[in-house]
Amino acid sequence: MISSEVRNKYKVTVGIECHVQLKTKTKLFAAVGNDAREAPPNTLTSHICFGLPGALPVLNKEAIYLASKAAFSLNSRPQKFSKFDRKHYFYPDLPMGYQITQYDEPIVLGGNVKIEVDGQEKTIGITRAHLEADAGKSTHSAGKDYSLVDLNRAGTPLLEIVSEPDMSSSSEAKAFARELYLRMRYADVSDANLFYGNMRFDVNVSVSTNDDLGTRTETKNLNSFRSVEKAVDYEVNRQIELLEKGEKIIQQTRGWDDAKQKTFLQRSKENADDYRYMPDPDLPPVILEDSYINTIESEMPLMPEDWREKLQSLGMDNSQTETLLEAEVETDEIEYLALIEMHLEDPDLAKFIANWIVNLEIPLRRDETITATLTTNNRAKIYAALYDLYKSDKLSSTNLKSLFSDIFNAPVSVSEIESYAEQKGYIQLSNENELNEIVKKVIEDNSKAASDVANGENKAIGFLVGQVMKNSKGKANPSLAQDLIKKQLGV
Amino acid sequence: MASQWMPLMDIAKDVQEGKLKASDLVETALKNIDENREYKAIITTTEARARARAAQIDDKIKGGEKVGRLAGVPFIAKDNFLVFGAETTAASNILKGFNPPYQSTAIERLESEGAICVAKANLDAFAHGASTENSDFFTTLNPNDKERVPGGSSGGSAAAVVLNMTPFALGTDTGGSIRQPASFSGCVGYKPTYGLVSRSGVVAMASSTDVIGPLTKTVSDAAVVLDVMAGKDELDSTTIDRQENYTEIDTDLSGKKIGIIKEYFNEGLNDDVKKVVNAAIDKFKDAGAEIKEISLSDIGMALSVYYIICPAEVSSNLSRYDGQRFGYSYEAATDLEDSYLSSRGNGFGKEAKRRIIIGTYVLSSGYYDAYYKRAQIVRTKLINEFEAAFKEVDYMVGPVAPTPAFKIGENSSNPLQMYLCDIMTVAANIVGIPAISIPAGVSGNLPIGIQLMAPKKADKQLLAVAKACEAIL
Repeated sequence: MISSEVRNKYKVTVGIECHVQLKTKTKLFAAVGNDAREAPPNTLTSHICFGLPGALPVLNKEAIYLASKAAFSLNSRPQKFSKFDRKHYFYPDLPMGYQITQYDEPIVLGGNVKIEVDGQEKTIGITRAHLEADAGKSTHSAGKDYSLVDLNRAGTPLLEIVSEPDMSSSSEAKAFARELYLRMRYADVSDANLFYGNMRFDVNVSVSTNDDLGTRTETKNLNSFRSVEKAVDYEVNRQIELLEKGEKIIQQTRGWDDAKQKTFLQRSKENADDYRYMPDPDLPPVILEDSYINTIESEMPLMPEDWREKLQSLGMDNSQTETLLEAEVETDEIEYLALIEMHLEDPDLAKFIANWIVNLEIPLRRDETITATLTTNNRAKIYAALYDLYKSDKLSSTNLKSLFSDIFNAPVSVSEIESYAEQKGYIQLSNENELNEIVKKVIEDNSKAASDVANGENKAIGFLVGQVMKNSKGKANPSLAQDLIKKQLGV
Repeated sequence: MASQWMPLMDIAKDVQEGKLKASDLVETALKNIDENREYKAIITTTEARARARAAQIDDKIKGGEKVGRLAGVPFIAKDNFLVFGAETTAASNILKGFNPPYQSTAIERLESEGAICVAKANLDAFAHGASTENSDFFTTLNPNDKERVPGGSSGGSAAAVVLNMTPFALGTDTGGSIRQPASFSGCVGYKPTYGLVSRSGVVAMASSTDVIGPLTKTVSDAAVVLDVMAGKDELDSTTIDRQENYTEIDTDLSGKKIGIIKEYFNEGLNDDVKKVVNAAIDKFKDAGAEIKEISLSDIGMALSVYYIICPAEVSSNLSRYDGQRFGYSYEAATDLEDSYLSSRGNGFGKEAKRRIIIGTYVLSSGYYDAYYKRAQIVRTKLINEFEAAFKEVDYMVGPVAPTPAFKIGENSSNPLQMYLCDIMTVAANIVGIPAISIPAGVSGNLPIGIQLMAPKKADKQLLAVAKACEAIL
């Protein structure tokens, strides 16, 4: 272990490359399905994916559209001119012997992403983002004298986002990875399902005691925000320990062992690979018209940063806001933000809904033991009905919670909510005449406590309110009951 | 030699009207192929499929159905076209055993008009060469002189047409591979504008200059085949819009401005070739053409540019032949690297290896700027130079190759000499313009062709002028 004193001598520099699988229907250069999750091996292929003689790539326009949206989500614009290049290397899961990628004219150049760590805002620069075709999947089973290749993934469109080396801690790296994830989801360009590897992160880490950058290592294929954070931590410590021992850092590609929570050497990079890049003569350059770019810009959905502003203007705190932003993209069926946005003109209602979504609906939805019957289309009305009951003092917050939980998995139509609440005894007694009768009886039955209250012993009033609640079978509005007790006792 | 075929449209008309049967035409073609085995023009026949298709066409005609503009017309495809019914080898050992699961667009379009592919013609392996001597299997003999080459790389296709095996054949032209064998063997060879015919399903040589075109006996027949194949294809992003009806090409030469490319008439040009070409130009003048000498000062660089860009693209395009998925694979490999090295080492011939090495070199980091990038800059200069010249003239004329057909083995130990065969044809590929070779005369018993070129996308105009020239030669 290195002491914090030693640790503090070093400046940490982190840059991230992120591969995002775009959610096109078909592959980047072939009219073949792109969703390889459930498909048996080598069923999503064609002469193009297979690299047969005479097969030519044909660019999927949808990939250009999604990459253009991604550009705006990175606070950039798609380039009017971009082109595709061939990157050569031999491997059995790369059928053509080259990967089609964008070398010197990528579709996105420049951009930035804001992150916040410990209340500190920071802007991370985006160097570029380019489109490329994924390779297939190789399986090397232990003890076998062969390897298996599945070309279902070969040709899946990837957007590789490259950041500037602007991060200086593992928590910033984690925050950046999470922010990219949210933006790709909000821009609706990727399923960004980390479990299925729809987003993979490579972290470049170096440490230095002065302003010069140290030698970096690249840890590849991280598939969670946590592993991004842990891999950076591990590399920082490893590198500092080596330097403290007087050793040198060697430029390498490393992998991440999630079980051991360690990075490990994959290959040394002392001799730079020569990929013999050349423009792909089978693919004309991509030229985007201003009108195309402007239309996409005008149709961009709100980004997480726009939502943060809106939610915080309702008075929601950071943690509530981030919970909502994440929950929104956990499932395709349920829209939380749209529901809040519908009511932004009535900030009290909007805030009521936002709070109840964060405190009640999201935890219920995340609870896999509960089957939700609260559907998308009646949620707005149900929230409005609940709000009415709450606002007219008919429901205590405890009862509101019970009522919502009931409705969540037992369908109650909007028109029946009040009668259902009544029947369940959730409606509180706020009728002064009725309540006055009960209060009167309680004071008579508990003269000792009543005189204590009358003599200024406030403690006893809680007891009396409790008696009122008991007599009303829990229906009494407790604050109203307290007022009436005080009134009757003249305090 | 087998007897001359009728013009394509006449054959198809007779088939449609029931005067000829597609099945008989296929049998005639197969018989012609068999009787001319000694020329080694053919790698394989697709006879089972050809017979089945012919029977189908004959049945349709009996049933009164329309069967297309090339109904029953048999043809031969260079063996770098993916065609159902036979192996596609590109004359390379590495593709031995490759039965294509899809067909090239050009073949699909011809078949949809009723044409029938009966055989696959020999070529220099992967179309690398100018003589068919680089075929991994055998060298095709020149139909006019068995000691000489037929030209290449579409030498099998040219010989097949000259020997009347079928009324037309398909070739590919990356640096002259249709026009030069047409000149050496004695037929018409047409290289369309780059992108006019889909490359989908044709084994790639150099993607930025590869074109597909016909070899025929007459310009009119070439126009018919082009008309069927031309136009955009969603499987090839580099295809362009076509012009209307390439077969309506009647014109004469009066007032046509034709430029003579001065640089093509230097010392390296064989005397007989010079005589034939000059005599042809005189006839064009007599027929009313305005002949003007033009100078293309950078044209000397075209060959250098070609032999950088072409091997670069070749080295990349040949990467997929790795012995892992189709074709030849070294069975006794001990590991993946051995499988790669031995499959490619055994499977590729000398010329393919030579071009892979040159291409790999010029694309290497540190050399890319000095070679590939500079070649692309000169290519742009050449394109501009041709565009400027085409403001002064409508067409250009010159020889196809510096010599008539050479002897088998004469150049095979000297690859540079072999590369010089392309010197007059590569410019059209580098620039992407259409060009045609038509027979213009002889040197002894050896045919000599003349080359005509036109601006990009002016294929119809070029075919029209070529037809007018053909009529007076």
